[in-house]
Amino acid sequence: MKRSNDPVFWSLFGAGGMLAALIGPALVLVTGIAVPLGFLVSQDLLKYQNMLGFAHHWLGKIVIFAIIALFLWHAALRIFHMLHDFGIHAGTGAKLVCFGLPLLCTIASAWWLLGIGF
Amino acid sequence: MSAQMDKRRPYMRSMSGWWRRDPYFIRYMAMEATSVLVAVYAVILLVGLYRLSQGEADYNEWLASLKNGGSVFFHFLIFLVFVYHTWSWFKIMPKTMPAIYMGGKKLPQPAITWTGVAVALVLNLLVIAILIWVKP
Amino acid sequence: MADTMKTIEIEVLRYRPEQDKEPFYQTYKVPFTDDWSVLQGLQYIKDDLDGTLSFRWSCRMAICGSCGMMVDGKPRLACRTFLRNYYPKKLRIGPLEHFPIERDLVVQVEDFIKKLEGIKPYIIPKEPRKLEQGEYLQTPEQLERYLQFSGCINCMLCYAACPQYGLDSRFTGPGILALMHRYNTDSRDGGRAERMELGHSEEGFWGCTAVAYCSEVCPKDVDPANAINQNKMNSAVDYFLRFVAPRGAGK
Repeated sequence: MKRSNDPVFWSLFGAGGMLAALIGPALVLVTGIAVPLGFLVSQDLLKYQNMLGFAHHWLGKIVIFAIIALFLWHAALRIFHMLHDFGIHAGTGAKLVCFGLPLLCTIASAWWLLGIGF
Repeated sequence: MSAQMDKRRPYMRSMSGWWRRDPYFIRYMAMEATSVLVAVYAVILLVGLYRLSQGEADYNEWLASLKNGGSVFFHFLIFLVFVYHTWSWFKIMPKTMPAIYMGGKKLPQPAITWTGVAVALVLNLLVIAILIWVKP
Repeated sequence: MADTMKTIEIEVLRYRPEQDKEPFYQTYKVPFTDDWSVLQGLQYIKDDLDGTLSFRWSCRMAICGSCGMMVDGKPRLACRTFLRNYYPKKLRIGPLEHFPIERDLVVQVEDFIKKLEGIKPYIIPKEPRKLEQGEYLQTPEQLERYLQFSGCINCMLCYAACPQYGLDSRFTGPGILALMHRYNTDSRDGGRAERMELGHSEEGFWGCTAVAYCSEVCPKDVDPANAINQNKMNSAVDYFLRFVAPRGAGK
């Protein structure tokens, strides 16, 4: 009987899901509502100079990378399972999309973060 | 005997629309579907990261698009979905753990759920508090 | 004698392969008193209205696991479900979902039985044991570890509940994986490694997507969702560490 490779994707799914649960709502509230509407937090929070400074710092890079990558890998496994649940044959094509896209985005975000420099 | 066996004609029922058959399944699909907006939000941030790497003008364009009324409303929907994710995440979490014993008695599963939700609430508020306190 | 007789309409799925092209619903008017179970309603139909109706039953007290069926779309034991809770609405009874229908409310269970045998549902001693060694000793804590999962009566309600089994019957399914967990966590047993080859596969724990409806419908509170999903962490750790420090095989 073939051993499942699910553990790889399940671990990423779990990490992403936990992160999304623990800080997700706050992030969405701040970046998507509070800053644009100018209440609760400083309007300058997401200012270019600030975000650039944050992204320059190695810790800032890790935070940005973790949020983007783990949120995407969380969605990867769930969407893959959802396709199967909806009766869509979850074959190679589905695997390529569900796991290939997050991989591309993971690489891209690492690339851009490193490109921004220190 | 074989004449009787020939008369057997097992009937297989269709699984089409199975998740619409019970509210429990609809809630399960809703829980799974939260992942779509989690991914969408990650992509919004990814685009922001890209724009950040391209310089001030590009980044400010992205920032300005967040101020758009449609974007704010959409983020409100994303926010609601994230809240449902948090709730459903900790609702299912006890199933993923072996039973915890405290003082000889098994901890009831809802206790794990409520603890998780409480921790999530505290951490989310902490994040907001930090972002308020950080004066750029 | 003090109860007044009421009448409830019961729609029952019929399917006689030798004469019916496909299943259809037949309605019966069943007089009942408040103490009547759905099983008693079915027995009234068979005894007094229509002797051709086929269904499984035995103990009528929720321990044999024979009378599992879909009652208003939910997997239930007919002997433990009561007509009074549906009256005055119509009640719809069908065979357990996700299994091939043999006849009327009877489903084919060969797949379940085959899978049950496949997980070695018995104590595999850690080492050969002599009679003189006497019985195994077990502390209450050791018993507690597996007791809940030993309550399974093989009623298959969890299989009717599990959409993953319905979508792909290669999945071993909730009840049998819970039973596998029961033996793996019994201190007397040494067969974990043998069983884990199945556990680590898609047919095993990884076929489960934590819908957890199985645990909702289980009449014995076995909580198969918990049995399966708590093994995912172990299986994942073993997956990553297997070349470095294997903890119980799985090739």
